[in-house]
Amino acid sequence: MLAVITRARPAMEVRMYPRAFDYLAPETKEEVLDVLAERGDEVKILAGGQSLIPMMKLRLASPGTLVDINRVPDLDSISIGNGHLTVQALVRHNDIVNSELVTTENAAMASAAPWISDPIVRNLGTLAGSVAHHDPEGDWASVMLACGAQVVAESRDGGERVIPITEFLTDMFTTSLQPTEMITEVRVPRYTSRTTHEHAPPRGGGNYQKLERKVGDYATVGVATHLELGDDGGISKAGIALTSVYSHNLKVTEAEHLLVGSHASDELFAEAAEIAKIACTPASDVRGSAEYKKDMVRVFTERGLAASLALAQR
Amino acid sequence: MQITVTVNGAEHSADVEPRTLLVDFIRNDLRLTGTHIGCDTTACGVCTVLLDGTPVKSCTVFAVQANGRSITTVEGLKQNGDLHPIQVAFKEEHGLQCGFCTPAMMLVGAKLIEDNPNPTEDEVRWAISGNLCRCTGYVNIVKSIQLAGKMATAGSDS
Repeated sequence: MLAVITRARPAMEVRMYPRAFDYLAPETKEEVLDVLAERGDEVKILAGGQSLIPMMKLRLASPGTLVDINRVPDLDSISIGNGHLTVQALVRHNDIVNSELVTTENAAMASAAPWISDPIVRNLGTLAGSVAHHDPEGDWASVMLACGAQVVAESRDGGERVIPITEFLTDMFTTSLQPTEMITEVRVPRYTSRTTHEHAPPRGGGNYQKLERKVGDYATVGVATHLELGDDGGISKAGIALTSVYSHNLKVTEAEHLLVGSHASDELFAEAAEIAKIACTPASDVRGSAEYKKDMVRVFTERGLAASLALAQR
Repeated sequence: MQITVTVNGAEHSADVEPRTLLVDFIRNDLRLTGTHIGCDTTACGVCTVLLDGTPVKSCTVFAVQANGRSITTVEGLKQNGDLHPIQVAFKEEHGLQCGFCTPAMMLVGAKLIEDNPNPTEDEVRWAISGNLCRCTGYVNIVKSIQLAGKMATAGSDS
């Protein structure tokens, strides 16, 4: 009798593989914009690829053309000017972690950067890509909402478009970026005090609180906060935004309005935190119950505001 | 698509489909099987290689992205027949059990001690936090990387 030999299938057959695509790696921004103008909808831009490539492997994304922008020059700097801290499209998360400019210019960003994914993913992934991806579990979109950022997009035929982050992030995994546009940079307003005197104390601060089960996991709950103080010592600017607890990154406008114009106090922060807790609608899942996550939003909002205030008063 | 990649100092040209992942190019085309495949979802880090000196997860990079660039795999750590200090240290401190995460841990460790030859335990743990050891043998991995830093410093002083 012949033994039936069943061989294990070769590893390649059970691996996750993207659908085939055209790969282009232009060396100028103009060429990238040409490809977008001509192929539009079927194109995805490859910057860090740390969300896009996994999405392609899972076949949640199957672009016909991949335009790798990593060979385009002058797209990887962090700079200040015209009242903004500007982060270009190819700036990696670890560039932000290591940036002295970000440390002195924006506390919320400096606080969030080391908690984006893991150290190896941070070597490739980009802030602009994270915002474009708009995963409601992504950290950067919350930080950008709290800080009132703008996304700068360019297209061949439409030129440059400056989009407030609130208009850019439309819904989960969806943005107002047009198929013919690429993000060239993200601009974050500088602390107001610095816009009149270059080396003035910031009179502002920010923070990112993140609960994660392990390094590299998505946030169970994330809270971004940003505060600035006016000449009278009252709160002149306030930003609060939440990660992983709503269908998209959630800016808590009602709590921000409560804070602006008031003087900071524990009671005020507790009230703002309660508003944030009520505003979010997390799902119960493996990372925790909805009730637990809502309470962590409250706790993190209070902590984040206190930490932001301490920096603003330094 | 025709690509040319420098791997461990040697130039390799190949015709690859754009969707070929860098890890498969390294393992299947170049037959360098020291780079492993674990989760295939950018979580475990066992496929880590150095791309122009920077650690990346090669299951989440396309081979075409490495065109014209330089890759170091675990096979490239040895220089002129001598083991790299990180390899000696992993042997000394018993920094491996099953060995599956080891190539990646050594590459990340080698990069760390190049930037910071005398890392604290916290700094080492932070640096390897994107790499999983399924034997949970982290204590000896941390010791190995710290020892390698000391050895590399002593070596460059002599």
